[in-house]
Amino acid sequence: MSEARPQPLYAVPFAVIGATVLGIADQVGGMAVLAARLLARVIPPRIDRFELVRNLHKMGVRSVGIVAVTAVFTGAIMVIQAAPLVMRFDAKPVVGWAAGFATLREVGPLLIALMFSGRVGANNTAELGTMVVTDQIDGLRALAIDPLSYLVMPRVVAMVSMLFVLTIIGDVVAISGAILAAKALLDVDPQSFMNSFVALLHTWDVMTGLIKSVVFGMMIAITSCHFGLSVKGGAPGVGRAVNAAVVAAASGIFVLDYFFTYLLG
Amino acid sequence: MSATTASPAEATAAPTKGRVDAFLSTLGAGPIALAKELRALLAMLFLVCRLCVTGKKNRRAFFEQAHQIGNKSVFFITVTMGFIGMILVFQAAMQALRIVPDLTMLGPTFAEILVRDLAASIGAMMLATRVGAGIAAELGSMVVTDQVDAMRMCSADPIEYLVVPRFMASVVMTFALLIWAAVIAFLAGMVTANVVFEVNFATFANFMLVDAGDLIVGLVKCLAYGAAIPIVSARAGLTTFGGSEGVGWATTSAVVNSSLAVIVLNFFISAAGYLIFP
Repeated sequence: MSEARPQPLYAVPFAVIGATVLGIADQVGGMAVLAARLLARVIPPRIDRFELVRNLHKMGVRSVGIVAVTAVFTGAIMVIQAAPLVMRFDAKPVVGWAAGFATLREVGPLLIALMFSGRVGANNTAELGTMVVTDQIDGLRALAIDPLSYLVMPRVVAMVSMLFVLTIIGDVVAISGAILAAKALLDVDPQSFMNSFVALLHTWDVMTGLIKSVVFGMMIAITSCHFGLSVKGGAPGVGRAVNAAVVAAASGIFVLDYFFTYLLG
Repeated sequence: MSATTASPAEATAAPTKGRVDAFLSTLGAGPIALAKELRALLAMLFLVCRLCVTGKKNRRAFFEQAHQIGNKSVFFITVTMGFIGMILVFQAAMQALRIVPDLTMLGPTFAEILVRDLAASIGAMMLATRVGAGIAAELGSMVVTDQVDAMRMCSADPIEYLVVPRFMASVVMTFALLIWAAVIAFLAGMVTANVVFEVNFATFANFMLVDAGDLIVGLVKCLAYGAAIPIVSARAGLTTFGGSEGVGWATTSAVVNSSLAVIVLNFFISAAGYLIFP
């Protein structure tokens, strides 16, 4: 650590790259450690039932509105985007399949996970971060209550299960939005929309999206809890942590999405 | 409005009528709050636009914010949009292979949909999380540590000093970043198509389907998102109350509301674009 000596100019890019890589490795390592410590508490299951129910309600039930709004616009946008192609190739009979394939496999789970990350993940980071800066976590430890099984475990379980359920609700709402948009813009009969939808889509297409939603849920849960628990420095620290958590969750979701699209192909 | 204020008094007088009133007021509370919020956002947008023209030009703050919003997001946007390009091409090729065994149209179609919608909208969702959360966290911490009130006491308008540079920086930098996002997503898609599906680079990089209408719709979206994200997040940041917990709430609502703003604006601009340039 020789702060006195100025860095030579040619070393600056290497220093920046190295610092970035070390920073990312630090956060990923922190998340892996948190995940391992949570895994150690899975068997035997030690989880606070009251906290779990409270979080299930707060994270799941309260998010239904925002997920429904996101989903209905997503379904409609998918049809609007497909509309010029449909008109060009005169492919009105398969518009249900085209919109359904994209929505159920990819866009639906992805956008719902991003909204969930913004609403529930960010909120969770803020809540845990506030607890850290007001020394409530240390207070729990002083009372011999394990913060991981009392605070973190219920949140992780609630986020993963609720994102799964919300994705199912979102899929249904998105398809309804797509049916409405197809009727309004392309004059496609809802009946023929549903026919191509049912005939050409497989169960596996729906399953792919749902498996992805579980993976995204784990990603959001681990990042938001990790960044919340490692807050430093008062109110500005909480803001910075929320910012870092949503950015990390979004990057993680996209990277995992690629690998799972490839694997589940 | 009057139903909300009258319901507690009437609930004691006539239970049945009180229940109806309570039901109506819960039903109406959402839309009324939404309309108020929209009006406040529009008022702020007009004020900021007027101050952009008439107000004092603070060049230094503008460049500082442009660096914060633009340059520091390049890495994030490159990573996420690179992966999105790969995912979209992979998904679209699999979808296309189910009906036609020919992938020559993959590149042109991908270029068209990228220019018209996906590059701007998905990139803006990403920026809404990064830039929106950053603005709200920064302004929110200034509010809870009374720095904004101190500015008001010095008769410095917080909107002019804090929001206007962020707004101008975001409009310029979002525009540039979203064009960069489209380039990165297209290149990543091109490489994926070549490696996984053996589509020639020359066959893929074909822009014959991109016409003026697509380009105009895409660029209008870039501008609209660039203006919407800082306004929504700055409002969330400036209305913060209640310590570090309040900063957390403000940041959350900035991310959620600016993402929603992107989705809703996308819907309206896409629908208008489809009707104007069929």
